[in-house]
Amino acid sequence: MTSMSRNIKIVIEGVGKTFRSGEASTVAIDRIDLSIAEKEFVSIVGTSGCGKSTLLNMVGGLETPTSGAISIDGRLVTKPGRDRGFVFQSYSLFEWMTVERNIDFSLEKSKLPKAERVELVRHFVQAVGLAGFEKAYPKQLSGGMRQRVAIARALVYKPSILLMDEPFGALDAQTRGMMQELLLRVWEDNKVTVLFVTHDVDEAIFLADRVIVLASRPGKVKQDIPIDLERPRSFDIVTDGRFTDYKRKILADIREETLKIMALERV
Amino acid sequence: MATSNQSSKKPTGIFRLRQEIPGWLFTASGFAVPAIILLLWWGLTAGGLVRPLFLPSPAAVLGEGWRQLTEGILLRDASVSIYRIVVGWLAATIVAVPVGILMGNYRIIEGALEPLISTVRYMPVVALIPLSILWAGIGDGQKILILFLGTFFQQALMIMDNVKNIDMNLIRAGQTLGFSNGEILRRIILPAASPGIWDTFRITMGWTWTYLVVAELVAANEGLGRRIMDAQRYLATDTIIWGTLFIGLLGLLTDYLFKLGGRSLFRWHGDAR
Repeated sequence: MTSMSRNIKIVIEGVGKTFRSGEASTVAIDRIDLSIAEKEFVSIVGTSGCGKSTLLNMVGGLETPTSGAISIDGRLVTKPGRDRGFVFQSYSLFEWMTVERNIDFSLEKSKLPKAERVELVRHFVQAVGLAGFEKAYPKQLSGGMRQRVAIARALVYKPSILLMDEPFGALDAQTRGMMQELLLRVWEDNKVTVLFVTHDVDEAIFLADRVIVLASRPGKVKQDIPIDLERPRSFDIVTDGRFTDYKRKILADIREETLKIMALERV
Repeated sequence: MATSNQSSKKPTGIFRLRQEIPGWLFTASGFAVPAIILLLWWGLTAGGLVRPLFLPSPAAVLGEGWRQLTEGILLRDASVSIYRIVVGWLAATIVAVPVGILMGNYRIIEGALEPLISTVRYMPVVALIPLSILWAGIGDGQKILILFLGTFFQQALMIMDNVKNIDMNLIRAGQTLGFSNGEILRRIILPAASPGIWDTFRITMGWTWTYLVVAELVAANEGLGRRIMDAQRYLATDTIIWGTLFIGLLGLLTDYLFKLGGRSLFRWHGDAR
């Protein structure tokens, strides 16, 4: 769809991942082929154990594929790098640093002049709605606020790819909704390629240009569904007929996978 | 916390599982138990139920403390013992911190050292006294060596765990941001593990205190532990009890100081209570 007209950013080619522990080996991902366009927002959904986090970690360079290859802008991924930003479910902030130090820490390797760093940090504190909390420590913040720091920290150094691993999974439903809207707002201003792992189907559709449904055990692409909904999106889109059509389709896919696993576990 | 509508079934007040209680009650209960023990002790001795040889009265024990204080023995003993404890503990800590950190971060070092350290830490330190004399003589060095041996092995393993317990994603964030291994170790792993390491310091310092008597068992002229061992020879029960209580008190004081220090060093830390 839209991806065809844009430059290809990430190419995942024949990627498989097998975990070995002693004698036993588990095939987490069988074979995944995917192309992701520049500035595309892609959600990845699937049942637990489908390897979605593993896939994300491999794009991030935190894990190495057992087979196949991942490349970004035509260059092979071998290690983590500043072209990618990570947001984890567990927030993983530097607890001993204030909000602004947490964000500024991302810029230490950037060789930007001090004044520019200060300005960038200020800008992102504003962008994620944390003005007034610059000097606060993470433990003084709510879960939603912590995750906003994490998003600012991952975007401030202008990576071209943002990797998000169930970032809102630990938040309550209300906060989650607010964070989704905030993320879209920030993303509209800083268009980066986003890979967003979640198990919340509503969230996946609401945010993404494209939803990838992974099949489980071993993981592979089951469905690749372009989401043709106009942007900017507001939250009432979830009651739109087109939205519910997508949702029905994706839920059916996931249900099929869940049943498959349950059948496997029975034997 | 109290839910008024189910007052009939509610188990009353303080004995509900994990129930918070008022702060004053928490503190008061901590004073109440020693007070009761003291009262029992006083009752037993005052009534002449127990001979002073087996259990001298609280007053006699306090009197012994006063004697030691006024004669200058207490201060001398305490300073000698504290010196040994501080040096022994510091020596153990200076080695255990880097060893523990390396073990926590590099599987190869953990693999190489963990079996050895885990074995040695079960060896009774008292049994090492003859060897310690052979190797370190009969001076302060031998006492410090015993305190070192009693502290180091546990401490290294605990620091390894402190390091391992930090959130792996912090390291991943550092890698993604382009920091080198050394920088991640220094600027992320170390600060992240520091509240846990500090707590290990506090706990192991307590253990060092408990090894004091063992360390001063042989060839010592002074020290809080030595005083107790000497008193054994003359059946000076009041000296024994006073010495034991005083070591406990100093231990409690060190613990408190570590807690206080931790609270001001790690204000940012979450679950400090």
